[in-house]
Amino acid sequence: MSVADLTFLALLLPFLGAIVAPLLTRILGHNAAWVLALVPVAIFLHFTGFSAEIARGEVVTGGYAWVPSFQVRFSWLIDGLSLTFMLLISGIGALIVLYSGGYLKGHPHQGRFFSFLLMFMGSMLGLVASDSFLMLFVFWELTSITSFLLIGFDHQREAARRAALQALVVTGGGGLFLLAGLIILWNMTGINQFSLLTAFAPQVKASPLYLAALVLVLGGAFTKSAQFPFHFWLPNAMEAPTPVSAYLHSATMVKAGVYLLMRLYPVLGGTPAWQIILPVFGATTLIIGALLAVRQTDLKLMLAYTTVSSLGLLVLLTGFGAPYAIEAAALYLLAHSLFKGALFMVAGCIDHETGTRDVTRLGGLRFAMPLTFAIALASAASMGGLPPFFGFLAKEEVYTALSAFDGRAIIFAVLAVVGNALMFAAAFAVALKPFIGKRIETPKAAHEAPVLLWLGPAVLALKGLAVALLSGTVHELITSPMASAIAGEARVVTISLAPHIGVPAALSTLTVLLGIGVYLRLARLRAAIAAALAAIGWGPDRGFDQAMRGLVRLSSAVTRRLQTGRLDIYMTATFTLLAVVLIVPPFLYGELARAPVFPQDIPLHELAIMAIAVIGLVAVVLAQDRLTAIVSLGIQGFSVAVIFLLYGAPDLAFTQFMIETLAVVILALVMTRLRLSPSDHRPLRENLPDAAIALACGLGATLFLIKVTEAPFDTGLSDFFNQYSKTIAHGANVVNVIIVDFRGTDTLGEIAVVMIAALAILSLVRLRAGSLRRIADNDPDAEEASR
Amino acid sequence: MRSLILRTVAPLIVGLMVLFSIFVLLRGHNEPGGGFIGGLIAVAALSIYGIAFGVETVRRAIVFHPLAIAGAGLMLSTLSGLVSMVFHVPFMTGLWIYPVILGEEVPLSSVMTFDIGVYLVVVGAVTSVALSLEERGED
Repeated sequence: MSVADLTFLALLLPFLGAIVAPLLTRILGHNAAWVLALVPVAIFLHFTGFSAEIARGEVVTGGYAWVPSFQVRFSWLIDGLSLTFMLLISGIGALIVLYSGGYLKGHPHQGRFFSFLLMFMGSMLGLVASDSFLMLFVFWELTSITSFLLIGFDHQREAARRAALQALVVTGGGGLFLLAGLIILWNMTGINQFSLLTAFAPQVKASPLYLAALVLVLGGAFTKSAQFPFHFWLPNAMEAPTPVSAYLHSATMVKAGVYLLMRLYPVLGGTPAWQIILPVFGATTLIIGALLAVRQTDLKLMLAYTTVSSLGLLVLLTGFGAPYAIEAAALYLLAHSLFKGALFMVAGCIDHETGTRDVTRLGGLRFAMPLTFAIALASAASMGGLPPFFGFLAKEEVYTALSAFDGRAIIFAVLAVVGNALMFAAAFAVALKPFIGKRIETPKAAHEAPVLLWLGPAVLALKGLAVALLSGTVHELITSPMASAIAGEARVVTISLAPHIGVPAALSTLTVLLGIGVYLRLARLRAAIAAALAAIGWGPDRGFDQAMRGLVRLSSAVTRRLQTGRLDIYMTATFTLLAVVLIVPPFLYGELARAPVFPQDIPLHELAIMAIAVIGLVAVVLAQDRLTAIVSLGIQGFSVAVIFLLYGAPDLAFTQFMIETLAVVILALVMTRLRLSPSDHRPLRENLPDAAIALACGLGATLFLIKVTEAPFDTGLSDFFNQYSKTIAHGANVVNVIIVDFRGTDTLGEIAVVMIAALAILSLVRLRAGSLRRIADNDPDAEEASR
Repeated sequence: MRSLILRTVAPLIVGLMVLFSIFVLLRGHNEPGGGFIGGLIAVAALSIYGIAFGVETVRRAIVFHPLAIAGAGLMLSTLSGLVSMVFHVPFMTGLWIYPVILGEEVPLSSVMTFDIGVYLVVVGAVTSVALSLEERGED
């Protein structure tokens, strides 16, 4: 197998794993995690094989033709950026699989959970591997769908269902913006692969559609990466089991938006619009996320809001445009994935072993859970930016990027310091508060978590230390190639733990001091923010509910207006439109039929038959009761059939006779079935409009037919059929040969339609009036009334 | 309908009509007729039978549920088209054989079985509608 085939297999592997996961879990129970973790491990090892090439600054692409007519390929791009993501996704993924083995031990649907988790992993892996736009979009939406399944895993709780739907609507809807943006880029350049797009960057930036493309792409990235004001879905997604939170909100789902921004940085980045929109949204998100994090008391919610905050910082850095900003973004992304994954898992351990996640109801766990305490402290130190952890390096680089002495940099530096200080406080509120102080009684008697639960966070916490100590190697293999790939030019990351005095160090110290201050006054600050939020009283989360309710109400109103369920309205609309279509265009385009020339010598019997048809019609109109009208309609039909017969179409006439007979029988049956009143008692003013529509339709059809017959008749087809009917199809009856042989496939379709129509009619007839209850679902008014 | 005259002649008429419908179906390839028309004649026959003796009698007489008949017809027609695959010719190609039965050469073809399928679909589908409309409230 070639490397390309193996890469394709690696991308496919999580989905294959998802198929066998339920069965495997049925056999092995929660220990299936050990086997299933081999899937991400294998992927990790496969992609590690590229690291030497990538470190040399090479780019690996590969793929297959997908939709050749649109030049769409299923192709991947492995460079410093995507490789880092792939290693994070598969590496952390392996730990998460193990962790969920312990966390959901004994859960009746653990197999299903593994399956969803692996599917999500595969989607995320495909997303970052994608070189082609369309492939990226497909995987982008797949992550939305699979995360919907994961967040709503506990589907019996309404909150979980709501959170899942919210995530799907926000991120899936954002995906549509992204698609539109990518299509604009595609149209602009004719290129639909990221690896080829960079060369067109000047052309894209000069294009008048640049802003539209940028805004649409940002619409996708900001919803996925939970930027204000789309941040609300992320904390709500904490309804998911903790392994999901740890995975989605550390290294994967929410980083997809940041990934996209980084991927498109060489193409879209560096313009004034980019450098205004991104830092402003990023900084707003950073501050709001951090404030909301401090306000929470639930461990997971605190971490969730700090994730929002960190994503804001990443967006800020990606858009800032100063030297070192891209390097800082790369470092911070890596650091955040490690410490946030670990902290989420720590929160899960605490929840799992004590039965509560409320920080005010936890205390003194340091003796009961010493290992968890150590892991938590190490991760929090990294998150707070303390040496010797990797978070410290990231933070130093962030402040290096922000320490240019112009007004813009100073503003953002101040915001970053405030945000980071709040995050520092939140980190230690999660990692320190539950473990120190007096022992508080918890719902479950606390003890150390089992190996499956502490293994994941321990590995991540140690990594946070190791990558800082071995920063030279890490920079060479990971961060420098990543920063180069983002920037689109060679960048070298050099920062290390070696002490350095300067503005960044001063800002770091300030952050830590400020953070300690906030931590000590946490309760007071929490109350103040809560009071402020109560005073505002409205947030995007409620706005989402209002928007959804409005949408349902609108569609409900539109449906009520358009689909009244009354046959007479449908008929009126249909036939009015038919009349308009038949009559208006000929007048508009001067294509009116010429007055036909009546033949002089019509035989008497033909005239008589036509007279009978007309008499039948008059009888229909004048009939006193409906049954007479139906039978009179039959008279007209039979006359037409006789005319067919006279003009040499015996088959047609034959069929027409039968149809007319059965139509009369069936209409009469329908009449009795519907229990209509025997005659039409409507007043004249209601009948007249119907009559007008009927006359207009008749007139239109007549004009149309006359016009059609004006054109000379093309005998090509009938000549062909007459000539070959006997010789090819062995049949003398041309009509039948056409039906069953020449156009047999048409007939096959038609009889299938007849069959389906019969099924539909049968079910309609069986429906008893009154058994049609109004469907209460999705009726906003009924829902509100039932609350 | 409690008409003695109708009840007396109905079996005769209906028998003749069904026979005639099959005749029309089979001669259709060379003379006016075919599956559609034949099917409609058979439906008319069954409707008359239903009007004379009630829906239950018709249902008993045709043994299978009308929709099952229609489904079998659709299946037969589809298979008639698919036979061509065995002979590596395009879908729906007419295939003919000329066996000699009782000293007479009888041309048989996949086209004919296709038309029989059409006949069955029309009979089944329209009969099921007509019957269900006739049995007011009995179902």
